[in-house]
Amino acid sequence: MTMNLTDVIGQEQIKSELPDFRPGDTVKVHVKVTEGNRERIQIFEGIVIARQGAGISETFTVRKVSFGVGVERIFPIHSPVVEKLEVSTRGDVRRAKLYYLRDRVGRAARVKELRED
Amino acid sequence: MTKKAIIGQKVGMTQVWDDNNKVVPVTVLEVAPLRVVSVKTQEANGYQAIQVTSGSVDADKLTKPEAGHFEKAGVEAGESLMELRLEDVSEYEVGQEITCEVFEAGEIIDVTATSKGKGFAGVMKRHNFAGQRATHGAHLVHRMPGSVGQCATPARIFKGKKMAGRMGGEQVTTQNLEVVRSDVEKNMVLVKGSVPGPKGGSVVIRNAVKKGEG
Repeated sequence: MTMNLTDVIGQEQIKSELPDFRPGDTVKVHVKVTEGNRERIQIFEGIVIARQGAGISETFTVRKVSFGVGVERIFPIHSPVVEKLEVSTRGDVRRAKLYYLRDRVGRAARVKELRED
Repeated sequence: MTKKAIIGQKVGMTQVWDDNNKVVPVTVLEVAPLRVVSVKTQEANGYQAIQVTSGSVDADKLTKPEAGHFEKAGVEAGESLMELRLEDVSEYEVGQEITCEVFEAGEIIDVTATSKGKGFAGVMKRHNFAGQRATHGAHLVHRMPGSVGQCATPARIFKGKKMAGRMGGEQVTTQNLEVVRSDVEKNMVLVKGSVPGPKGGSVVIRNAVKKGEG
């Protein structure tokens, strides 16, 4: 099937060099922050708890606990704000959406690390 | 009044990022180059418009009157003939080609199309009525309109009373949309926001009547 024009526009903006990551992985998201006319990179590190959507509109949710408060950020994968994405650890999980982590605190909120073998 | 207008086809929606890295929802409109077949003038026709066509069609699919009309104009036959009423047609001549170049990024436009047909729709969907209670004894009336009038006077329902009926499939104009990008090579215009009608539906793009210098 030939691509229609909507796909073509999506294709232009899709990032090709994204790492392979899935819910349960701990990632470092390099976020571009603009302050006035200065631009700098901020790192948001946490567990990916969901990946949603497809194509150009795909997003992922990263959760971390900061000073005892749960913080979740939703990033469009192909957004120019996401400068770089690093996977620090792979998680061993059995579902696609890890919303159950929201109800857990401390040690219970951990995700098992995936053993590569 | 309409200064410029083009005809295109709705392709679908997607998103792009603007300079501030914000997502902009856009509708993709495919605008094949239009060829002017005839120019209607105030003197000759009593109104001003350009008659245009686009695309191409097999010669044997045309009726003789159609073929003759194209031949007289000296323009390659296209899929259909459409008229665009304009304020001033003096800049146009037969055979001229119009592309999506006439609209630039940042311009404010109106888009006219036939909306999607919704079939026989109730008053809640068709006229945004509130409906009735879900509980407290309401029985089979949850989406009903309620009272439609008075009693012995006037003893009839006023004309134009909003009721259930056919919805959609009518001409709708969405005003003051912004052109995000206009690409002549791809024959495409990106418009911020949504546009009436189904994918593949034909749309008319005009400069906004309520914005700009007039």
